[in-house]
Amino acid sequence: MTEPHSAVAEHAEHSPYLRHHFDNMEQQFDSATLGMWVFLLTEIMFFGGMFGAYTVYRSMYPEAFASTSMHMNPAFGAANTAVLIVSSLTMALAVRSARLGKQQALQMFLILTMIFGIAFLVIKGFEYHEHWVDMKVPLFSGHWDYSNTPEFPHQAQYSHQAQILFCFYFFMTGFHALHMLVGVGLMTTILMMARRGIFSTNYFTPVEISGLYWHFVDIVWIFLFPLLYLIGNARKLI
Amino acid sequence: MSTALQTPEVAETPNYLNSEYGWKSWLFTKDHKRIAVLYIISITVMFFIGGIFASLIRIELLTPQGDLVNSDTYNKFFTMHGIVMVFFFLIPSIPATLGNFFLPMQIGAKDLAFPRINLLSWYIYIAGAIFALSAIVLGGVDTGWTFYTPFSSTYSNTFVITAAVGVFIAGFSSILTGLNFIVTVHKMRAPGMTWGRLPLFVWANYATSLIQVLGTPVVAITLALVGLERAFHIGIFDPAIGGDPILFQHMFWFYSHPAVYIMILPGMGVISELVTCFSRKSIFGYSFIAASSLGIAIIGFLVWGHHMFVTGMSMYASLYFSLLTMLVAVPSAIKVFNWTATMFRGSISYDTPMLYAFGFIGLFTIGGLTGLFLATLGVDVHVTDTYFVVAHFHYVMVGGMVLAYLGGMHFWWPKITGRMYPEGWAKFACLLVFAGFNLTFFPQFITGYLGQPRRYHAYAPEFQVLNVMSTAGASVLGLGYVIPLIYFLWSMKYGPKAGNNPWNAKGLEWQTTSPPPTFNFEQTPIVTEDAYAYGSESAPEEAHHHD
Amino acid sequence: MQVPLFPEAASSIARQVDYLYAYLSVVTIVMTGLIFAVVFFFAIKYRRKSPNETPRQIHGSLVLEITWSIIPFIVMLSFFWWGAEIFFANASPPSNAMDVYVVGKQWMWKIQYPEGTREINELHVPIGRPVKLTLASEDVIHSFFIPAFRIKHDVVPGRYDTMWFTATKPGRYHIFCAEYCGTEHSGMIGWVTVMNDSDYENWVASGGTEGSMAQQGERLFEQYGCSTCHQTEQQGRGPNLRGLYGSRVQLSDGRTVLADDSFIRESILNPNAKVTAGYRPDVMPTFQGQVSEEQLLQMIVYIKSLANPGAPASTGGRQ
Repeated sequence: MTEPHSAVAEHAEHSPYLRHHFDNMEQQFDSATLGMWVFLLTEIMFFGGMFGAYTVYRSMYPEAFASTSMHMNPAFGAANTAVLIVSSLTMALAVRSARLGKQQALQMFLILTMIFGIAFLVIKGFEYHEHWVDMKVPLFSGHWDYSNTPEFPHQAQYSHQAQILFCFYFFMTGFHALHMLVGVGLMTTILMMARRGIFSTNYFTPVEISGLYWHFVDIVWIFLFPLLYLIGNARKLI
Repeated sequence: MSTALQTPEVAETPNYLNSEYGWKSWLFTKDHKRIAVLYIISITVMFFIGGIFASLIRIELLTPQGDLVNSDTYNKFFTMHGIVMVFFFLIPSIPATLGNFFLPMQIGAKDLAFPRINLLSWYIYIAGAIFALSAIVLGGVDTGWTFYTPFSSTYSNTFVITAAVGVFIAGFSSILTGLNFIVTVHKMRAPGMTWGRLPLFVWANYATSLIQVLGTPVVAITLALVGLERAFHIGIFDPAIGGDPILFQHMFWFYSHPAVYIMILPGMGVISELVTCFSRKSIFGYSFIAASSLGIAIIGFLVWGHHMFVTGMSMYASLYFSLLTMLVAVPSAIKVFNWTATMFRGSISYDTPMLYAFGFIGLFTIGGLTGLFLATLGVDVHVTDTYFVVAHFHYVMVGGMVLAYLGGMHFWWPKITGRMYPEGWAKFACLLVFAGFNLTFFPQFITGYLGQPRRYHAYAPEFQVLNVMSTAGASVLGLGYVIPLIYFLWSMKYGPKAGNNPWNAKGLEWQTTSPPPTFNFEQTPIVTEDAYAYGSESAPEEAHHHD
Repeated sequence: MQVPLFPEAASSIARQVDYLYAYLSVVTIVMTGLIFAVVFFFAIKYRRKSPNETPRQIHGSLVLEITWSIIPFIVMLSFFWWGAEIFFANASPPSNAMDVYVVGKQWMWKIQYPEGTREINELHVPIGRPVKLTLASEDVIHSFFIPAFRIKHDVVPGRYDTMWFTATKPGRYHIFCAEYCGTEHSGMIGWVTVMNDSDYENWVASGGTEGSMAQQGERLFEQYGCSTCHQTEQQGRGPNLRGLYGSRVQLSDGRTVLADDSFIRESILNPNAKVTAGYRPDVMPTFQGQVSEEQLLQMIVYIKSLANPGAPASTGGRQ
């Protein structure tokens, strides 16, 4: 569908990526970034609902939560945290490369970011599997065992509330993982656009706003990790 | 009194309606005006579906016994009436239709900031509607539109997840519309269109968008948690494992109270446009009305607990919520007074949009004041969960919001379609709506105080007389809705052609053709005057006005 | 045909609520009438008389804005104040209130009196004496609503809620469930009968074939083996329950809590939530899923009966 040009400057004078309802590239870039910030605000409210509910239950059942937190694997959690932080670094470098018009560097950093993102999801998969084997998945009947063991001799008393916390664990990390998956998909799209040579110093908006999204998903994890994995005193590391 | 027919017939100029033909040009459009039309069609369909459920409810309630349908079916009727009306009509209504069409035009922009996201919003809305309608068709859902746990999460045997998914999806349509509006107002105003010159319709939609963006995600996650609890048979609201069903209510109302401001604020924006145009006066108290929209949006997030006074919430929390609810009423009152003052020494015409504005001002006043009854703790304990509440919210939602929507549709119809609706029929329908509405809902205040609980399939016999009155009113109201549907459709082919500005209104949308061209303006407008610069600043031409 | 505006007023606060409602109504009618009248008046007086009229623009008045913000807010504060007063009164049952226990389940109200009488969907109360209802739900959220008394309270599963009233007028009044609870929500209704004192005493003595609630609770105490650890005359593995009810209990984590109905209910269903100081956790088993809400209330009434030192020891078994 062709668009009428009567109200628009001739094509030769502006970037081919300028959408015609904008007056100039700067307005377009500003709008896109503001739009992404507003979207991230909605994501804060989305996760915030879960964090809020978590806070309510944690204040009601502090010992139960501490007990349950013992069953999280802090090694996996720490590894995931490191992976995400590094991925945010590579993402930031990708955005910088795009701003500077460095195509090779851009693609390399995008690929690295994706690798780290996928690594996160793989580690998460191992974690979930471990919980499954350990019978700590209350979502499925027959996969919940919170009786006393030599290693955890006093936990049975918290069995009910522990189910609540494990629900939070799976729902919160599950929604987070979903967002990571979307992020990896976004990166794939950006990578394909980069390989087509779309980005330049004049136009790198998609990279910028994808970067914002990626950093946000990282920050959500930074909050999830201590709240789920690091409650309680005696830690068993590895 | 209408000047609409005095403008000469305009030749069929290229406009957004005739620029392209074919279903693809509509379903893949990026033009905010076409997307608005798509929304008008969709929400009208959903409105009438919701209306059918309302009719079935009122017919059942003619008699005290539950004799039309069985209890389960009745419970599904009021649930689906609520879900369809709240999430698929009221929440999107004015922003997605009139807002989509006119917000860009009123600020002098060529489109919204993100046209493709705008189209995506509509598709997401349709997807949500399909899920909701599927829940209905598959057998219905009976939790009430409020989905209270543990009934919704554990005990109901109906299609709760399907309905919740529909609402969840529709929520994203709302979020994206709000996001689009916020960025548009910030970044795409024409030269000279400062914040202080924005039409109040834009301010209203902006404030609404803030609520949409901040509140909707919370109901999304809340319903997702209920759905997950149903799917996995375990969840965080289950009292058996120490969960708190009241936490659901806090999370649900944290959105759903601001949601009612999503529903009413755009309507208030429309009223500001109507009252100024049809009094031919600048709005009285512009900055107060603009600020009150923001005030309602912000304070609206702080009052959700007034839905929960009898749940066993702490007394101090109840005191706080009661007090804040009194506070949130103040900005609404400010608006009503300012609209009234706008009419003072104006030049008032009785065109249909203005009649709807009159109706809004009166009925919203009643609705808003009866909200104060509910905010008053000692009275709320008696009337909460009765028909008093039902009457209150229908006064603000229907007497307020729907009247504003109809007023706006009549006002902007000539701009949207290039055609004029028949004024005589329109006035008649407006009268039917007003009379039918009051007959339907006023008796419900009385039955509510007498003790008739809401969501009751069968009721105590002493409430029957008032219920019969209510049903009678509903038939008149229904007729009042059907008539505009007919003449609006009729006018698209047979209505007289309207000129650029049949109402002599201010506002950039009236500076361009009816219907507007695809890119709204031949040249980007440059704004030099304030909004509503009607008439003169000094020289009175009002020799016939006496003190 | 007469259509009343108010239900019967049969409790000590009913008239107050009605007066507050009347006040709210008057203000509403006056404000609405004012707005309607002014709008109507302006619409007529300032109607357009010629198509090209151009009225003078008036932009606003700070004085008016402040006035019509402050005055309505002050009026609203009066609503708030009066409403809060009634609400406070509702929240504080007198200490001499008689207890009645209400269990809501889909779709009926099961009512137990301490004397042992039980009813379904019927509540009998004496005139002039404060009555405190303890509300429990077996399934979903319900709400106990007596329009004639102008009170209601939600009945939430997983905990106890209370409400109180003093009936002031003999008669039979509606009870409605006021929180949607499923299929027969509108059938979950009943009647409260207000009787004069002597009639009530006769009535309540005539029911209860299974003994008083305390006696039933004592039987459950035996049946579930509670007496194994909770001896009433000597120290056992669990805390002595004599004199417990209404006292302040020191917990193992340092907190001090009141041993009220909710505490006892929780201790039976989730014993490790609040362990008394000096006792070990993980000793008392949970009875969740084994005792009904009604049985819990009976046991609570029994334990309450142990609160008076010097009260006769129960006749039913010690180990």
